[in-house]
Order: sequence, then C-alpha cells, then structure tokens
Amino acid sequence: MTEPVLEVEGLVKHFPVRGLGAKGVVHAVDGVSFRIGRGELLGLVGESGSGKSTVANCVMRLVAPTAGAIRLNGTDITRLSRRALRPLRRSMHMVFQDPYSSLDPRMTCGQIVGEPLDVQGLARGRDLDVRVSQLFDRVGLRDELRFRYPHELSGGQRQRVGLARALAVSPELLVADEPVSALDVSVQASILNLLRDLQEELGFSCLFITHDLATVEYLCDRVAVMYLGQIVEVAPTRELFGNPKHPYTQSLLSAGVVPDPEVQRSRTRVVLEGDLPSPLEPPSGCRFRTRCPLEPRSAPQSHDEEPPLVDVGDGHLVACHLVRRGETPDLYRPLEVAR
Amino acid sequence: MSLLEVEDLSVRFDTDDGPVHAVDHLSLTLGESEVLGVVGESGCGKSVSFMSLLRLLPETATVNGTARFDGVDLLRASGSRLRQIRGRQIAFVFQEPMTSLNPAFKVGNQIGEVLRRHLGLSRADARARAIELLHLVRIPSPERRVDEYPHQLSGGMRQRVMIAMALACDPKILIADEPTTALDVTIQAGILDLMRDIRERLGTAIVLITHNLGVVADVADRVVVMYAGRKVEEAPVHELFARPQHPYTNGLLGAVPRPGAGRLREIPGRVPSLAELPRGCAFAPRCPRADEITRSNVPDLRSIGPQHLVACFHPGPDVEAVA
Ligand SMILES: Nc1ncnc2c1ncn2[C@@H]1O[C@H](COP(=O)(O)OP(=O)(O)OP(=O)(O)O)[C@@H](O)[C@H]1O
Ligand SMILES: Nc1ncnc2c1ncn2[C@@H]1O[C@H](COP(=O)(O)OP(=O)(O)OP(=O)(O)O)[C@@H](O)[C@H]1O
Ligand SMILES: [Mg+2]
Ligand SMILES: [Mg+2]
Repeated sequence: MTEPVLEVEGLVKHFPVRGLGAKGVVHAVDGVSFRIGRGELLGLVGESGSGKSTVANCVMRLVAPTAGAIRLNGTDITRLSRRALRPLRRSMHMVFQDPYSSLDPRMTCGQIVGEPLDVQGLARGRDLDVRVSQLFDRVGLRDELRFRYPHELSGGQRQRVGLARALAVSPELLVADEPVSALDVSVQASILNLLRDLQEELGFSCLFITHDLATVEYLCDRVAVMYLGQIVEVAPTRELFGNPKHPYTQSLLSAGVVPDPEVQRSRTRVVLEGDLPSPLEPPSGCRFRTRCPLEPRSAPQSHDEEPPLVDVGDGHLVACHLVRRGETPDLYRPLEVAR
Repeated sequence: MSLLEVEDLSVRFDTDDGPVHAVDHLSLTLGESEVLGVVGESGCGKSVSFMSLLRLLPETATVNGTARFDGVDLLRASGSRLRQIRGRQIAFVFQEPMTSLNPAFKVGNQIGEVLRRHLGLSRADARARAIELLHLVRIPSPERRVDEYPHQLSGGMRQRVMIAMALACDPKILIADEPTTALDVTIQAGILDLMRDIRERLGTAIVLITHNLGVVADVADRVVVMYAGRKVEEAPVHELFARPQHPYTNGLLGAVPRPGAGRLREIPGRVPSLAELPRGCAFAPRCPRADEITRSNVPDLRSIGPQHLVACFHPGPDVEAVA
C-alpha cells in the first residue's frame, strides 16, 4: 500500500461511568488498528455496541481518544488542538446516520452545504452560490431546494444534503456512520449508487460503518469486523465474505438475510447464545470466548491470553487462537455465488 | 377456511390539511398457523391497516370494511367483545419495543399483569407462567430476568419480552410490526428463529410487517406488497420472489444489494403524498411501464396465477432484471 490516508494505531477509548452502582470504565474501543489507503473504502461492521461509532468519532476527533494514535496523511492528529486541527478539517468529513438531527434546522440547505467552503475561506459571494449549485446538482438535488430548510425535505433528500456538505471541500477521507440505515429501500439504493459514483469520480477514501452486510459487500474494498471494542478480522471484501475465518465473523455472515427464499431457507444459521458481554467488564483473554460456539476448544488459552490480530496471508488478518493453531473454524459455509 | 378475512378495509384520517386515505380497499386473508409477510416502504399503510382491525387508532381515523375473525366482524364488535379478543386471541407486538414496555415495572410483573387480567391467574401462577414464557422466547436464566426492569435488558431481550407478553394468552394470531427493525443482524436472526418456532410449536398464525425483503424471504409463507395504501401484489413467497409481476415489487427487489449482483437499480421519484394521490395508478409517476391508461385509471387486482394477484395494467417480470 502507498502511504495510507488514515492510519489508526492501538486506539483506545474508555468512558468513565459513575452512579447507579455501576462504577468503572466502559471499554468502548480497546486497541484498534487499521489503515485506509488512498481511494480505498473500508467497511466497519459488528454487533450493536461493539464500538464502531466510537472509532469514527475518535477519527473525527469528536471525542478524545484515551490512548493510541490517529494519523491523517502521516500527520499525527491524536492530540492536536482545535486550532491546529482546523486546517486539517477539510481533509476529512463525516456523514451521520440520522439525517434528521445532524443538519442545523435554522440554516437553509444551501447554507448548510456552503458552510464548510465559507469557513475554510474557499469561496465567497456569487462564487459560493455557484459552487453550492454545482454540489446540489452533483448529488441529484433540485436547485430550488437550496432555499428550503432541512425539515422541509424527505429523509433521502436530507441525506443528500449531508453528503453534498461533506463533499464540499473535496475531502480525502469520508467517514460515514450508518448513512443509509434510516432510509427506505428505494432511497437507500440511490444514495449507495451516488456514493459509489462520487467515490469513483473524486477518489476519496472512506470509512463506512453499517450493520448491513450486503451493503458492505456492495460498496467496500475491505472489511473490518469488530467485537466488543476490538477488531477480530480484516480482509479484502471478497475474501472476507468468501472465506471468513473468525467464529464471530462466521456467525455474523450466517445471520444476514438474503432476499431470496430458496437461498435463504437453505442456509444454516450459527446462532450465538447470550448477549454481548458488558463492556464494563470484558471477558479475560479472548473476548469472544463467552459466546464462542467452539468453546472450550481453545481453553484454557482463551481465558488467559488475548489472541493477537495476525496476518494469515494476502492481507487477511484474524484474531483467534484456533486459527493460529491451524484449526480454522468452519461453522458456516458461504453461499456459492459468483462474486 | 381462513382464520381472518379482511375485506375492503379503508382507513381515512381527517387532518387539518384535509383527508388522508391511509388504507384503500385492502382485502386479505390469514390462514391457520400461516405466516403472512406485509411489505412496503415507510408510510404505505402497513401499521395502520392492522392497528385499525383492533381499533387501536386515534379518533381522527374513520375505518370502513369488514374483518371476520372467529364468527365476528372486528370492526363492528362491541367494545367488551373486542377487549376479549384483543391481547387474548389477537396479540400485537408494536413497532417500538422501548416505548411499549413500562420502565417502572419488572418485566415479570408486566407479563403477569396480562395473565391476571385476561386469564384471572393468581399472583403466584402468573409469575410461574411468566417464567415459562421467558423461557419459551429463549431468554437465558428466566428465573432471574423475571425480576429485572426493562432498562436492564438489551434491545434484543426487550423485543423477546414483548413477544412473550403477546404470547401470554396463547393467541391465535400474532401481529408483529417490524419486530427486528431496530436490531442488528445477529439478534434479528434469533427473533426470526423464534417466530418460526412459535408457529411450529404453538400453531400461531403470524402477520409479519416489515420493509426488509430478506426477512420476508426467510419466514413468510405468503406476501402482500403494499404501495400508497393499496395492495399491489400478493403471492406465495417463492412465487413472489421468482416471478414478481408488479413494477414496484420488481423495483424493490432490484434496489437491495445482493451477493454477485451488479449495480443497484433505483426506483426514480418518491412515494406520493397520500393527501394528493395521482388520478390513475399511484405508482404511475415512478413507473417505467406507465402510459395513458395507467395515468388515468386505477388498476384492479387481478389473478395472474395460482394465488397470485397483481394490480397493474402491464404486469410481468422486469425487462432490465431479465436482461
Ligand atoms: N459517551 C459515552 N459514555 C459512556 N459509554 C459510551 C459512550 N458512547 C458510547 N458508549 C458505550 O461504548 C460502547 C460502544 O458504543 P458505540 O456507539 O461505539 O457502538 P456501535 O458499534 O456504534 O453500536 P451501534 O451499532 O448500536 O451504533 C457501548 O457499550 C456504548 O454504550
Ligand atoms: N394519526 C394519524 N393522522 C394522520 N395520518 C396518519 C396518522 N397515522 C398514520 N398516518 C398516515 O397514514 C399513512 C400510513 O401510516 P403507517 O404508519 O401505516 O405506515 P407504515 O407502512 O407502517 O410505515 P413505516 O414503515 O414507516 O412504519 C402514513 O402516510 C401516515 O403518515
Ligand atoms: Mg453506532
Ligand atoms: Mg409502521
């Protein structure tokens, strides 16, 4: 890989909690490392509460990391002051899940899209108007919508406004946290296609967070799977979907539903018992061991030792004792499809 | 014979901006221990249709039609008769589990309350049965969970508690409104298995309201596709996915990413406002097959194969998809 656009190393985010008898820290993110190359789309998936949004918020510096390093184009931004961060702000932008609450209700959509250009001093007056018009056109919004307020738009239109705003300053990195989850199927399709087209045209890199596996497969070059604050597997998309190795990834892939009754009903599902353990007290050793269908096969090692994320070849990284021992789990066989 | 027969159901809301025809002449049936999937995009009338059957809508709603269940017309049954049916024979799991459980009461007491009210169980019996029900919906250590408050449970467990509550009186019909929508895939898979299990073990008929075609493909026997308050297509599940006829159904199927498939197909335009529906077919403004007839006439539902109904002047599989 050439110099990565984003490099995250050993990222840790702990949230202290007080009161209600629950004292301690939430281990939201616990040692996460990954890189995103130029023009690469990395998907981040995992169970609800596994820390995906926290990773995104740390990258965007919306929350301060507890430990670790975040480098943008080689510059360590982990501890930069707001002021020092400002010029770098145009390099990365975020699109949020909720198109309803993430846009300022007091601004017109035109102002919302133009704001980053204005703040960065990149365009003023008539020039700004023209740029905003172009952006509206680019994301498929009618020009007159520039003068409307967010609440006067549909969910899909609002998400397009969010996207136009994010793209206004031609960022090198787009961080998208569940950008289509709240939208209807037909609207999702148009936003996903738009994102793919824009990416091809503008070449930005993207961290794409979702819990929809089919979307990741459609959009991303590589996929990272999180479980309880850690990455358990990373691989190129084709490889991850075709040859998942971690038992959690296998169960996750087996749980996704396919809109085809013949295929869907012939699949075997690996149902995990119990719920995600409390991030206040993550299990010792392998965090997945309390729900791993293969336990106690790797005990007592699974209790004592955290499995490291190791490369098993061709950029496929897995954190599993069994995989390391050459006993790769096969709880689930991927569908035979032309990928 | 069908368990439930809905005929010509229409629901109108009188709003400040005029009448909103949320459901328009909807007819459908539900067989014994059948799983009926009801799909369609936000606002097409899925929730309102089934809430109207149990008279769960506000006063601004005017409901017309008939809904025969167990020898009575639900829409005309007396209040006391309806109360006997509601919760006891037909149970509803609402779209938002977080708001449907009372945060101030232990889950066991909330389930117990249903049992005491409908079945007149004693406190001790209600508690024992509540534990049984939590066990049935596969909540681990139900003896302990029965004394917990909703906030102590995860989203998936809360949804299971809602289902346990709905199953408390062994209903004939379970109406589950988007039971997996707020949940991630792992938990969704568990809830879907549970639905299948309930149908098989208890013989409960299930109406599964969802916008997720994958969910329908997984558990439904038959599917009703709704658009702008109307049923536009209905077929057994395999038939619907293999030979979709309505351009909207085709559109929905093409719009979801799936392994190996190419670029997503988009449905141009957007769902029309129910207050100002077009004169002809409601889908015409977005339809690649629309013509003069379509734009000025509303298509009736017609039979196009065994148990396969479609409301379209130009039904058929998508040319684009076939190509
Ligand atoms: N500000 C905070 N204070 C305390 N705990 C937090 C805070 N933000 C997140 N957490 C906790 O950190 C963990 C990770 O949360 P996060 O939102 O990153 O998960 P996620 O993977 O994005 O989940 P989802 O798929 O539901 O969006 C959770 O246990 C969450 O409750
Ligand atoms: N109390 C009400 N007053 C006026 N209109 C209403 C009322 N309740 C629902 N509607 C309208 O009726 C239509 C059908 O609503 P319904 O809740 O059945 O949609 P849905 O198909 O369940 O959508 P979703 O997938 O978002 O849950 C919508 O257009 C909605 O705005
Ligand atoms: Mg999140
Ligand atoms: Mg609804």
